[in-house]
Amino acid sequence: MNIHEYQGKEILRKYGVAVPNGKVAFSPDEAVKVAKELGSNVTVVKAQIHAGGRGKAGGVKIAKNLDEVRTYAKELLGKILVTHQTGPEGKEVKRLYIEEGSDIQKEYYLSLVLDRATSRVTVMGSEEGGMDIEEVAESHPEKIFKEVVDPVVGLTGFQARRMAFNMNIPANLVGKAVKLMLGLYQAFIDKDASIVEINPLVITGQGEVLALDAKFNFDANALYRHKDIVELRDFDEEDPKEIEASKYDLSYISLDGNIGCMVNGAGLAMATMDTISYYGGSPANFLDVGGGATAEKVTEAFKIILSDPHVKGIFVNIFGGIMKCDIIAEGVVAAAKELGLAVPLVVRLEGTNVELGKEILNASGLNIVAADSMADGAQKIVGLVG
Amino acid sequence: MAVFIDKDTKVIVQGITGETALFHTKQMLEYGTKIVAGVTPGKGGLEIEGVPVFNTVAEAVAATGATTSVIYVPAPFAADAILEAVDAELELTICITEHIPVLDMVKVKRYMEGKNTRLVGPNCPGVITADECKIGIMPGYIHTKGHVGVVSRSGTLTYEAVHQLTQAGIGQTTAVGIGGDPVNGTNFIDVLEAFNNDPETYAVVMIGEIGGTAEEEAAEWIKANMTKPVVGFIGGQTAPPGKRMGHAGAIISGGKGTAAEKINAMNAAGIEVAETPSVIGDTLIKVIKEKGLYEKCKTH
Repeated sequence: MNIHEYQGKEILRKYGVAVPNGKVAFSPDEAVKVAKELGSNVTVVKAQIHAGGRGKAGGVKIAKNLDEVRTYAKELLGKILVTHQTGPEGKEVKRLYIEEGSDIQKEYYLSLVLDRATSRVTVMGSEEGGMDIEEVAESHPEKIFKEVVDPVVGLTGFQARRMAFNMNIPANLVGKAVKLMLGLYQAFIDKDASIVEINPLVITGQGEVLALDAKFNFDANALYRHKDIVELRDFDEEDPKEIEASKYDLSYISLDGNIGCMVNGAGLAMATMDTISYYGGSPANFLDVGGGATAEKVTEAFKIILSDPHVKGIFVNIFGGIMKCDIIAEGVVAAAKELGLAVPLVVRLEGTNVELGKEILNASGLNIVAADSMADGAQKIVGLVG
Repeated sequence: MAVFIDKDTKVIVQGITGETALFHTKQMLEYGTKIVAGVTPGKGGLEIEGVPVFNTVAEAVAATGATTSVIYVPAPFAADAILEAVDAELELTICITEHIPVLDMVKVKRYMEGKNTRLVGPNCPGVITADECKIGIMPGYIHTKGHVGVVSRSGTLTYEAVHQLTQAGIGQTTAVGIGGDPVNGTNFIDVLEAFNNDPETYAVVMIGEIGGTAEEEAAEWIKANMTKPVVGFIGGQTAPPGKRMGHAGAIISGGKGTAAEKINAMNAAGIEVAETPSVIGDTLIKVIKEKGLYEKCKTH
């Protein structure tokens, strides 16, 4: 789960991580009010969307007076921001973060991530801040430093100091940088984050070490123990179909194509998408109904697939295993009847009671095309969608 | 032979009184697995499906001599269940539970350092040695005894591959689901090494997916060490970057973990990679024919 920059900075403040003063605003009037309260010479008006690359896309404006704050707020609110992370359709700006300007002397990069290779939380830092860190990793890998954290003792003072010195933070500010890093680590652990990225971390003319941006991503599996984080969820930032799917414990991801897919198991669901593409089709979604698919879940999955106007056909690929194929078939028939299926439907069933399942599909009187294998089903649906 | 488990493996079911665990305990018993004990704190003294229930894993081990456990405990308590299995010095613990917070697994991995317990999973279908012992949630009937080892990050995709092999008359030694989480126990290399050392296994199917670099590392290992043919498949060739495909580990991020990178690494290590999941079985058959192993692998 992602949150907005302003929400991330709220969390950081609680952990003693220095951030510039600022507040969220939902209208130009609010933006001006916040700017007045801040009373700084320069005010930054920042679009709040769940995607990086806002600066380059024109989503961050520097206002020199309150009139400019109003102008920029008007310009940004309601604007569709297209960054390298939003996709071509972009995202509408509905919230702004109004922040006091900082006298930036130098920009750095700092992040905490879970490193799969070591199974540990890892701190990454670089003197090359403000830029796309993947570019730095590509062109100057020697400029990215890592500290791997032992979960028994957590991030230690010496590790944070070593990182600060490696990043070439001026010696007189290393203490402040260490405090920031230790706070950041504690926030990461306490809130079950999977990524915290500060890009840029800056030092200012006043000798402060500040987190100028804050990107948080939280482990979805741990949200049950973080009610405070769940409350920060912004449904405007998510695909409505994905929200609907999550209510029924279905794993659904929207894609660009026109063949709806319903599969049990994440690996098989990905493989089904691959197979459709291999035969020249284009999947409209990833959908894993899970191991315990019930007739109700199958019906909800159908509703979500059909709510996508691009869907011109559906491919159901179920490897029954423990699940019985006749139960899946009943769910498919019930859903198809309830929803009045207007697009071609290809069903491939395999596993326990497969013959019974096929009989139910055949006897339903519905226009369901049976497939013998995943490849057969993929070819059939691609042919039917045309 | 086969790897990790066989007909003599004595198994404890952790969380045996839960609905899913009960269902699968019955299935495993039907398959012939030696389930000797169950553990649910507070339910010690009960008997379920003829299996005695204990309050702690240590008690269950002391009473039965079990060496292996399977965990069906709900996610918030599953990491603790793994720690308990390790503390009881089990040889093997297989964690089926999905949705365990990753930072819990970071602690579990640290705790396991220097200990002798092997963890398979979490978020996996389990391990099955055909016709001998089934530990997990996979459908038993699709497996046939034979000479091909299967290792996979995905559940249903493993069933797909095993089913293809069985249909084509190619039996299996052991199928190991290592799970779809970013932090897990046994990895590809551990299983490949076990298959390499197993005289009954003549060839291996390895099924990976997008995310992380486990397949690349496995390919390096295969190139340097593996004496048996390996064929592969990578799921998620058409998955867009930045989207988490169901499994917590299946995500292309920062341009890393793409299917193309993995397939290249595998090809470079001499691993034939199936173009689509439908031809995993055919690809294996083609390779074992080339190596002159087809007749030996064919189930008679």
